[in-house]
Amino acid sequence: MTDATASAPAAGASWLGKLEGKVSWILLGVAGLLLPLLDDSYIGVIAQRAYIYWVLSAGLNLVVGYAGQIAIGWVSMLTLGAYTTAALTAGTATEPWHPYLALIAGGVVGAVAGLVVGLPALRLRTFYFAMTTLGFATIVTQVALAWKSVTGGGVGTPGPVFPWPFDPGWGFYYFCFILAALATWMTANIASSRFGRALVAIRDAEVAAEASGIAKPKLLMAVFLFAGALGGVAGGLFSSLQSYITPDAFTFEISVLFFIAILIGGRGSILGPALGTIILTALPEFAAPLVQWSTFLYAALLLVIVLVIPGGIADLLDYKNRRPLEQHREIAPRQELLGRLLDKSDAKHTIALKDIALHFGGVRAIDGLDLEIRSGEVQGLIGPNGSGKTTTLNVISGYYAPKSGTLMLDGRSLPFGQPHLRARYRIARTFQTPRLVGAASVLENVMIGGTVHGHASFAEATLALPRNRRDEKLLHEAAMQALATVGLENLAGVRADRLQHSELRFMEIARALMLRPAFLMLDEPAAGLSPEEIRRLGSLIKAISREGTGVLLVEHHADLIFDICDHVTVLNLGKVLAAGTPNEIRSHREVVSAYLGA
Amino acid sequence: MFQSIISYGLAVGAVYALIGITYNVMFSASRVFSFTAGMLGMLGGVLGALFITEWGLPAIVGLVLVLACGAVLGIVTEIVTVRPVLKSIDQHLYVLSTLAFALMIQQLTAIWWGTDARPFPRLIPVGAGWLDQQFWLPMLACAVTIVGLELLYRKTLIGRAFLAIAEDSYAARALGLPETGLRMASYALAGMIGALAGFSGAEILLAFMGNQAILNFYGFVPVALGGMGSNRGAVIGGLALGVFQQAANFLVGGIFAAVAVFAVFIVVLLLRPEGLAGASAARRV
Repeated sequence: MTDATASAPAAGASWLGKLEGKVSWILLGVAGLLLPLLDDSYIGVIAQRAYIYWVLSAGLNLVVGYAGQIAIGWVSMLTLGAYTTAALTAGTATEPWHPYLALIAGGVVGAVAGLVVGLPALRLRTFYFAMTTLGFATIVTQVALAWKSVTGGGVGTPGPVFPWPFDPGWGFYYFCFILAALATWMTANIASSRFGRALVAIRDAEVAAEASGIAKPKLLMAVFLFAGALGGVAGGLFSSLQSYITPDAFTFEISVLFFIAILIGGRGSILGPALGTIILTALPEFAAPLVQWSTFLYAALLLVIVLVIPGGIADLLDYKNRRPLEQHREIAPRQELLGRLLDKSDAKHTIALKDIALHFGGVRAIDGLDLEIRSGEVQGLIGPNGSGKTTTLNVISGYYAPKSGTLMLDGRSLPFGQPHLRARYRIARTFQTPRLVGAASVLENVMIGGTVHGHASFAEATLALPRNRRDEKLLHEAAMQALATVGLENLAGVRADRLQHSELRFMEIARALMLRPAFLMLDEPAAGLSPEEIRRLGSLIKAISREGTGVLLVEHHADLIFDICDHVTVLNLGKVLAAGTPNEIRSHREVVSAYLGA
Repeated sequence: MFQSIISYGLAVGAVYALIGITYNVMFSASRVFSFTAGMLGMLGGVLGALFITEWGLPAIVGLVLVLACGAVLGIVTEIVTVRPVLKSIDQHLYVLSTLAFALMIQQLTAIWWGTDARPFPRLIPVGAGWLDQQFWLPMLACAVTIVGLELLYRKTLIGRAFLAIAEDSYAARALGLPETGLRMASYALAGMIGALAGFSGAEILLAFMGNQAILNFYGFVPVALGGMGSNRGAVIGGLALGVFQQAANFLVGGIFAAVAVFAVFIVVLLLRPEGLAGASAARRV
């Protein structure tokens, strides 16, 4: 019974959603296939340019729209791909290559360049990264101008002519069409896989992404390689379409066009940016007097979008999420479902902190702390504000490296400073302020928590191979289970930023449960909850610990702590003031006077 | 050759340094890096040539007009592209809004002024070699700007208010400082510095709309390497960059110079994201 009720609404919604999405794609595909019937070569050239631009934008969309990296100079990939393909075919640097091989080489060069330009994004955010891509575009153009023997300098070089079956004319048209369709299919596969969700998580909730075991560098590098390769291939096609290329052909204006297409279409959408690319490519062709103003208008459009609708058109059209939610919603966890979610085991594990000390400047946040979290027990951690509770949690989950002391899991020490590795030890956590991807559905947010349980590689996800489909199915089922367990299954399809605060707290617990955690650390889960919700939260936490999970509970609600904890540690000014069973703490003289105040 | 490497290098480097200071002044006032820095430099040259060569105004009047235009553009930048997105600064929309605005101005320049580089007039027809105006004018502009900023920040009340905003804008507002007004003033100041950079260097760089992208990047490199907000870092980094670039140009050619600068930029940022002289980032959990 529970399974059916749990998955029915979401399955219905996603089936409808799939159809909605597919109808537009099928229409676009049919229009593209039939376009040659018009027998208008002018329209054909415009369409080819739109396809070529889309091959690049499709990859860039993952970088900009999904991962949120402002790569404004991506036109450099087009330039590199174009010159690589053209120069190799013409044989200015080596023996002449076959055009198709040269096109592949263009893709490879683009992939390498994408990686080089992308590397700084792993450590730098936003403006620095934007400037790196811009600088790269400037330098690629300078090199194209200066390296006369290969690129022809300012005079230019002829582009390749592809032989049969994709010879100039409609043959080449179908070549561009097929590659554009392929690019769409691959990016859609990535976007709907755990890698796509991880990208969005990095964009909107980086800390939570790390806690879920998402390794940002590895993932971003894969995406930059992929987007660079698509850019390079697009460049090779572009050089053939232009038939003669000079550095002037690769103005910054094209980069802006890609960017607007993605922003108008909406971050996290694929259809939107595709339509945006087509419209923006075609528009200037039909408004001839505007040609010299087109860049100005693009730039003005960019400014208006950023200032007025930063969410893009997709946000404006998102009618599904306008439907009002039920007003008086109740969160009814069903801990009896926990057994299916967590693999119950009798193995005993212990996380032990010994003599941990951590300073922020001159402030001693933690000063010689001992603490143990054991399987099947709830360890409470209480203390006044600033006593080091959350800091302790951040040390355990790897965000802070303490100045001294040891952190052991079953006698082996855990590394510091690499929070994304904690998920492999099945150590899960929630956050004091819920960290969520507001634009994604509740279900997707929860699925992020299970990222490390996937087996398919990035390449398998790109091609939607069976292993990836199996991953998706398992993650989907587990996430619905987790939502049913915490009592949010009816909200699975709702955008997460529409939830109430208390619901977000339970959603974070569901996300943490996706890890099948051996240890679960909760940072003030009861803050902002009603008394009834706190009671339900308490029995849920108790039930989780009975499944064999070790729980660390940081809380201010003394009642909740004393109700469900097996062992309580009281912190004050970074030091342990007292530790013992709830009864011992309740009657501890110093604790009562310093903290409980009763 | 040695003389021309050093003199060209220092002159171009002084322009980079001034653009770097332009970035810094805007950043200090608003925590925003604005792509309008290169635009201001480009316009300094174009407007100077327009006022002096085309309209035949005296050089000093031309300079004053150029600075006034820079100040106005700075204020417009603040009102149109920075203020509306400051509320949600963590979304970094300013990257796109300032870029879009800079591109609009660049395109207007392309339409009305043309896409070809035009010569910039020789203002003081004396001196040769080291004493040629095209070499010492950018250096002088850079020196005047540095001294002027120091005096402003240390000796005047408004300068101290700038520093207060840069240090902690919440606390400054709590003290009753008019944050919005000071931010506009900073952007006006940055506009003048950027325009001065372009004006002083235009005899070498020419009055050319394509300078925008080049100045945007090469003006940012010293800021990134020297640490954001540090004017000293910008000046040292800018001069070093200019000389390195000219030396590489003369000795091994332009391709190598461009690639080498970019490689150094990326490697330094990867090793020390906060710049060679910057402080490291704060906590985020």
